[in-house]
Amino acid sequence: MPFEEVRPLKIAVCVKAVPDTESKIVVAADKSNIDFTGLRFITSPYDEFAIEEALRIKEKLGGETVVLSVGGAETTDVLRDSLARGIDSAVHLQDPAFTNLDSLSIAKVLAAAIKDGGYDMVFLGQQGVGGDNSQVPGMLAELLDLPQCTMTVKLEVEGTNFKAEREIEGAHELVEGTLPAVFSAQKGLNEPRYPSIKGVMAARRKEITVKNAEALGLAGKVGNGVAPLKLAEMAAPPDRPQGRLIEGDPDSQVKTLVNLLKTEAQVI
Amino acid sequence: MDFNLTEDQLAYQEVARSFAQKELAAHASGWDTKKTFPKEAIRKAAESGFCGVYVKEDVGGLGLTRLDAAIIFEELAAGCPSTAAYITIHNMVTWMIDEFGTPEARAKFCPELASGESFGSYCLTEPGSGSDAASLKTTAVKQGEYYLINGTKAFVSGAGESDVLVVMVKTGEKEISTFIIPTTLEGISFGENEKKLGWNTQPTKAIYFDNVKVPQEYLLGKLGEGFKIALKGLDGGRINVGTCSVGAAQAALTHAQRYMQEREQFGKKLAQFQALQFMIADMATEVIASRQMVRLAASKLDGKDAQATTYCAMAKRLATDLAFNVCNQAVQIFGGYGCTQEYPVERLMRDARMHQVVEGTNEIMRVIISKKMLEEGATLQIR
Ligand SMILES: Cc1cc2nc3c(=O)[nH]c(=O)nc-3n(C[C@H](O)[C@H](O)[C@H](O)COP(=O)(O)OP(=O)(O)OC[C@H]3O[C@@H](n4cnc5c(N)ncnc54)[C@H](O)[C@@H]3O)c2cc1C
Repeated sequence: MPFEEVRPLKIAVCVKAVPDTESKIVVAADKSNIDFTGLRFITSPYDEFAIEEALRIKEKLGGETVVLSVGGAETTDVLRDSLARGIDSAVHLQDPAFTNLDSLSIAKVLAAAIKDGGYDMVFLGQQGVGGDNSQVPGMLAELLDLPQCTMTVKLEVEGTNFKAEREIEGAHELVEGTLPAVFSAQKGLNEPRYPSIKGVMAARRKEITVKNAEALGLAGKVGNGVAPLKLAEMAAPPDRPQGRLIEGDPDSQVKTLVNLLKTEAQVI
Repeated sequence: MDFNLTEDQLAYQEVARSFAQKELAAHASGWDTKKTFPKEAIRKAAESGFCGVYVKEDVGGLGLTRLDAAIIFEELAAGCPSTAAYITIHNMVTWMIDEFGTPEARAKFCPELASGESFGSYCLTEPGSGSDAASLKTTAVKQGEYYLINGTKAFVSGAGESDVLVVMVKTGEKEISTFIIPTTLEGISFGENEKKLGWNTQPTKAIYFDNVKVPQEYLLGKLGEGFKIALKGLDGGRINVGTCSVGAAQAALTHAQRYMQEREQFGKKLAQFQALQFMIADMATEVIASRQMVRLAASKLDGKDAQATTYCAMAKRLATDLAFNVCNQAVQIFGGYGCTQEYPVERLMRDARMHQVVEGTNEIMRVIISKKMLEEGATLQIR
């Protein structure tokens, strides 16, 4: 039997703190972002699949899991949430220069933190709820010069090989590749666990490493004024116009409706 | 003195709240109408640690305090009071075995109970003995290294689904003892599921014991200490049922507050009618008063205060009465819709109504409190 090198996997999970999906979002007065006051931040729901997959792979094959996040003070609780679910350690990528970053800049910060870390697998949610750009996973893979499997709904790892299913329009695509690689998690990949009270207790005792732009070798290289993309202004969508009630008996209601669909909505 | 929760307690509360919203609240109405005992959800709760909250860590519990437990159970109850109430009974049973069981019994039963692999039930009440629990008739007669159990227990929460019973029995004319009885033993059978007003997500049945042979190591504490042990369990049980009431009331208050901002009559939001404004004011005040009373009693129990039993009885009485009131008012605020199962408030009210009866009726709570309060010096001790 050939000798197989058993090397524990090192797995990175990139997560984002997003406003609770139930909260009411208001644009900040200076229109640079949403107003953070009073908002509760949670782990972006797609990232929960990423965390869960990392934990399952670690439980099955052994190894180490590290969670990373770019963000401000609101990110601490979200990193603790990952730790409470069982992730081993956390890195908070925090710097005034990292405020309001565009997707490419976020990918650059993550890449700087991951690149020399000896990671075999990098997981992300397939999109961050709120921004919904779905850009960071692909950009990160490119910057790290690693193969990528986005929209992952099934994943198996054997040695340094992986087999995965990706969700594509109306079908699943089967892909195979070798580690290291970057994966973005889509709904359906797994059923995320809840943080347990024991996990929460353990998480409170774990340290969160903070790295700023300088520590990452990014001083003056990302954010304010350097990014190729600039957010000009954020605005709330216009109020939806009031619906119209069509009165009358069913016969005339149907006639009016058909007429309106033809003349006003011009859909038939 | 600090009335704020600690950072740790806030974190436990958050874990319990998000679990309860996703795994309990979303399904509670369906479980209630279909009378489903949600074993899978309870097992998930166990994974989060909720099935052995104040059980010691060496047997799989979290080793937290009663106050921590009250904070956690309140959140679970806000999701589904009935399921949360069963989880608290399960915790009480697990704790009794942890606290009073032989080392063998602790090692055998606590880990499987704390992990949700098996479920517990508490069997004190009998058909002829409810409030007067000490008049129970079930007997245990020594036979070699075993005890032979005969008799009937009534109103057992979880019966038929649970695996581990703690049962109070007579081991002598005036002697009550408590045993652990696994339901796998020969000679145990169950009555019909009671058709109930509330608590419909957990079965309630009679249990019949016919010459059930229980190993002597399954005795809790010493012979003759059974009633004391039963009441020790109930001190915590009363905080638990109180906190489940607070959770139900908090949920009802939240629903009512939202509804008042949505529903319009006479061209105005309900929130603009002063009669309802005053209702919401009283409801909020009563929820907070109940919560603080429950937490006070829990901390008395944690501190092994000599008067803890009285505080627990006060907390149970106050919280379950006020919480029922709050839920009832919420139904009133919802009007006709409040009486339908389209909204959760009628279910919260029905579940909260149970709490005024179970774990000792509120009259019995007053018996306990008044007996203490009429002792010499009591007004100085209890305040
Ligand atoms: C759904 C449900 C689940 C339950 N689960 C369990 C369980 O898991 N384990 C268990 O052991 N028991 C359980 N019980 C039993 C419960 O604890 C008893 O129903 C309760 O203690 C009251 O006993 P009783 O029903 O016999 O009423 P009774 O004792 O007959 O009381 C009838 C009325 O008389 C009043 N009363 C009685 N004595 C006095 C007094 N001295 N002074 C003033 N008023 C008095 C009572 O307050 C009540 O209003 C459960 C009951 C229900 C309904």
